[in-house]
Amino acid sequence: MNAIKDILNTMEYGPAPEANAEVKEWLGNAKSGFGHFINGQFTSTESAELFTVTNPATDEVLAEVAMGTSADVDAAVKAARTAFDKWSKTPGHERAQYLYAIARHVQKHARFLAVLETMDNGKTIRETRDLDIPLVARHFYHHAGWAELLESEFPGTEPLGVCGQVIPWNFPLLMLAWKIAPALAAGNCVVLKPADLTPLSAIAFAEICAEVGLPAGVVNIVQGNGETGALICGHEDVDKVAFTGSTAVGRRIREQLAGTGKRLSLELGGKSPFVVFEDADLDGAVEGVVDAIWFNQGEVCCAGSRILVQEGVAKAFFAKLRKRLETLRIGDPLDKTMDVGAVVSHVQLGRIQALLDTGRAEGGTLWQSEMRLPAKGSFCLPGFFTDTEPSSTVSQVEIFGPVATTGTFRTPAEAIELANNTRYGLAASVWSENINLAIDVAAAIKAGVVWINATNIFDAGAGFGGYRESGFGREGGREGMYEYLASAWEKALPEAKAVLPFAPVSTPVADGKAGADDGIDQTAKLYIGGKQARPDGGYSYKVLGKSDKQIGLAGLGNRKDIRNAVEAAAKVKSWGNATGHNRAQVLYYIAENLSQRASEFEALLVASTGASANAASEEVAISMRRIFWYAAQADKFDGAVHATKSSHVTMALNEPWGVMGVACPDKMPLLSFISMVFPAIAMGNSVVALPSQRHPLVATKLYQVFETSDLPGGVVNIVTGETDALVKTLAEHDDVAAVWYCGSQQGSAMVEEVAGGNLKATWVDYGRPRNWRNPLQGQGRCYLRRATQVKNIWLPYGA
Amino acid sequence: MGANVDKTDHRNLGTKLTPEWFDHMNVNRSATERRTASYGGRRTVKKQWQAAWLVQAVRCIDLTTLAGDDTEGRVRRLCAKARQPIRADIKEALGLGDMRITTGAVCVYPTMVGHAVRALEGSGVPVASVATGFPTGLTPLPLRLAEIKYAVEQGAAEIDIVIAREQVLTQNWEALYDEVVQMRAACGDAHMKAILATGDLRTLSNVYKASMVAMQAGADFIKTSTGKEDANATLPVSLTMLRALRDYGDLTGETVGFKPAGGLKSAKDAMLWLIMVKEELGLRWMQPDLFRIGASSMLGDIERQLEHHVTGRYAASHRHTLA
Repeated sequence: MNAIKDILNTMEYGPAPEANAEVKEWLGNAKSGFGHFINGQFTSTESAELFTVTNPATDEVLAEVAMGTSADVDAAVKAARTAFDKWSKTPGHERAQYLYAIARHVQKHARFLAVLETMDNGKTIRETRDLDIPLVARHFYHHAGWAELLESEFPGTEPLGVCGQVIPWNFPLLMLAWKIAPALAAGNCVVLKPADLTPLSAIAFAEICAEVGLPAGVVNIVQGNGETGALICGHEDVDKVAFTGSTAVGRRIREQLAGTGKRLSLELGGKSPFVVFEDADLDGAVEGVVDAIWFNQGEVCCAGSRILVQEGVAKAFFAKLRKRLETLRIGDPLDKTMDVGAVVSHVQLGRIQALLDTGRAEGGTLWQSEMRLPAKGSFCLPGFFTDTEPSSTVSQVEIFGPVATTGTFRTPAEAIELANNTRYGLAASVWSENINLAIDVAAAIKAGVVWINATNIFDAGAGFGGYRESGFGREGGREGMYEYLASAWEKALPEAKAVLPFAPVSTPVADGKAGADDGIDQTAKLYIGGKQARPDGGYSYKVLGKSDKQIGLAGLGNRKDIRNAVEAAAKVKSWGNATGHNRAQVLYYIAENLSQRASEFEALLVASTGASANAASEEVAISMRRIFWYAAQADKFDGAVHATKSSHVTMALNEPWGVMGVACPDKMPLLSFISMVFPAIAMGNSVVALPSQRHPLVATKLYQVFETSDLPGGVVNIVTGETDALVKTLAEHDDVAAVWYCGSQQGSAMVEEVAGGNLKATWVDYGRPRNWRNPLQGQGRCYLRRATQVKNIWLPYGA
Repeated sequence: MGANVDKTDHRNLGTKLTPEWFDHMNVNRSATERRTASYGGRRTVKKQWQAAWLVQAVRCIDLTTLAGDDTEGRVRRLCAKARQPIRADIKEALGLGDMRITTGAVCVYPTMVGHAVRALEGSGVPVASVATGFPTGLTPLPLRLAEIKYAVEQGAAEIDIVIAREQVLTQNWEALYDEVVQMRAACGDAHMKAILATGDLRTLSNVYKASMVAMQAGADFIKTSTGKEDANATLPVSLTMLRALRDYGDLTGETVGFKPAGGLKSAKDAMLWLIMVKEELGLRWMQPDLFRIGASSMLGDIERQLEHHVTGRYAASHRHTLA
């Protein structure tokens, strides 16, 4: 059989298995199972509880691996903490050498790692060999460079300490590289937990760490399940948590970490749009779908899983897609001729199948490959749905399998609307031969990565990470390094002090006239959508000045006022799209008008805070200078064009969040308000600001300045009242994308906890007061970075 | 449908010039290159499958000599190789001793056609002739048409015409269409392969459009290159042509053949192009009546690979006969 003569008639490919004897031998040597890698040593498995690892393509048992306990996590964190002292002080050049050595060793063991990853995960050998492992090496090379350049490129920063990192099973070694490389480059030590479905390549990586002589404790690998992961995230001596996985778990971690002061970056789920315009290269776009949803069995957080096609070409496009399914090859992932391998586990396969059933039950038509699947293993036929609507379950939730949903649109505006009709915002793919159109759509889609006429292109030199509920923080590139560095000044802030409780004493709203017996006493309203607004509740509260003398009344804002303010802020579209120059002009004008009324503000500061005349005058002066500084930055906080692949422009844009919430402290009420609001609006955000609860009149007086300075209504909204009550509503609000809070430790914890709802980014002070006067603490690029999110647009080119 | 499918004598009937089939076409080079870069990683053939594919590649070769120093002797040597491209003992060891295996055709200049026809008598191997002012196609149209007729009279069964690149570069589709229609008429019963000289056309959109016009004008094959442009057959160009061919087939029901030429030198190249054809068009297009590789040195490399398959030893070229 299989005589050459017969093959000539069928011209089939025949089997082309990748050899796996070396990996089998390596697995066979671990007779008593694999332990953790702690402090440079593999732990004994003698008394450990073990879990079983299987090959999802064959259902064969590959290994037994130790389940991490709290004692294991303690030991790993302790080892990391001990190692941190020396590692963080190791010159960047030396750290670069270690990272370079790791990169080289990954390359030397490339085929072994590829085969091991394929057996552990079920993904095809083509992908592990051509994508995963080369990207792993690339990541360590790139970050060897950051280690070398850390001092000159990131002045004023310090490593965070011990990083707890929890990674998923879809790209086991690649996600490990994305986590470990930047952490080590920045001078941190790590405790990393691989997914329990795919723990093996991390073990091989630990061997590489030992091979290159990486100091003990710098990298620790603790194996285990979600509980082990929670132990790492929650460990009191962990300074930073980085998690890649589901949005649900990310949200739990956000809540678990609230108020602990641990830094957090989350790379979560997605339902990324894949938008095909009628002028696209349709055959190219069809191959794009292959690389989008039929890549890695669709187990890709950034997979283009929602295909949106312009109506005029939809029929032709879906016909081409059906045809393309016919030549897709699904089977033994170690076979070099396979496009699609095995789904990671039978449990995952069950989840996928259940969702496919739901999709069909809700009226979707499922088109699937008709290839015969292997008898064993957890394989899923790739395909796509037609007749799915945005309201279909499968159009909204991640299937995390090789099946996309589809839909159509009529106009570019509708395409954008549909693309953004999701709680996620990880990635997008836009297909059009019209560069004008393509870049417009790329700019309008809310996603951290947008590929134009391409999909799933990765490089260590460009940041990867999501908008919205796809998480926050970036991995890769310069923007990724910041996730593993702290501003030195922020680390050095004094410990939190107990904050005196504040309870506003309310009175019914006065008639709007200031009870001004000495020309200062006044009643301020809220400022919403460019208009002075009475508080919804109809109450004001007493504002006390020095010696607790009442100097006026301020509106007592409530939930509904926050709602109204956010609504007004969200309506503003022109501000974020305005040029930096336009925004700068408005900001300069505000400073100018403030300077004309400097004496009024000085007097108010003296009356309100009891500051000396000199101190008040200094506060106003610094405030004006600060406005100038942010006006100056408005057209200068540039993005970057990353050096990634040849014939690709990779543009990193600093985009505004949209609506930001800002809660200001009592200290230096004018300067702190300016310091927190102006970086946000300079970058194009609109802001709902909660001014100092004790000295709100300083801020409300500002709206008179705003009104005379051409600041568009809704860009700054001011709601006065009890900060912690108001900020809770603000931090919970699903249409607010980021919240800054300076106040108490408890307030900080509350903000972080409720921000988990829509996974908005937060920046809180944990009650550690800043010296607003000091420009190192009160202004700077770190504020601008926090006021923006990086979107990377990939634009391949070729005539 | 297997490799033993008899050569059909089916001709592409062509259509009237229909620009709306290609006017809108914008081929994205980056996406095309990404696709073609993946064939080698996504597919491979090993062991007896590889051997079979190599044999199939041999059957699809247009064994070619197009040099200024071609002589009758040179052409006869080439034809002898075309009759028996695989050494008899290797053929035997492959289990193909009783199969007639020849190259797809022999391809020569018009003045060499007579020599080739005589040398190939009784072999069943057709003679293909380049024509129409090959390689630039810039001689006057009457002379180009006369050249076709001459080659046909000499016994050429296939004519590889070259298109006028000017008409593509100036998007003068009507002129291109009219010329190719006249060339097709001049070919008579001989099958016409239209050489697009894609290295001169430069953009993939041009390649797509020129492919469509050539097919609408009745080309039985579309061919990438003369071998004389500074860029020869590349995978992106070939993929673009295959896609045009597929679209044309979808629109008309016609089957048109494809011939990459120039720059394909190794057995590995042959495998790559066969993989692409299988992926994009399927088994039917892996046959010599719809797929040809214009090559001269490739055959030697394939023979060495086949010998290695049979003996397990790496082969030396001097153990294989010269073409």
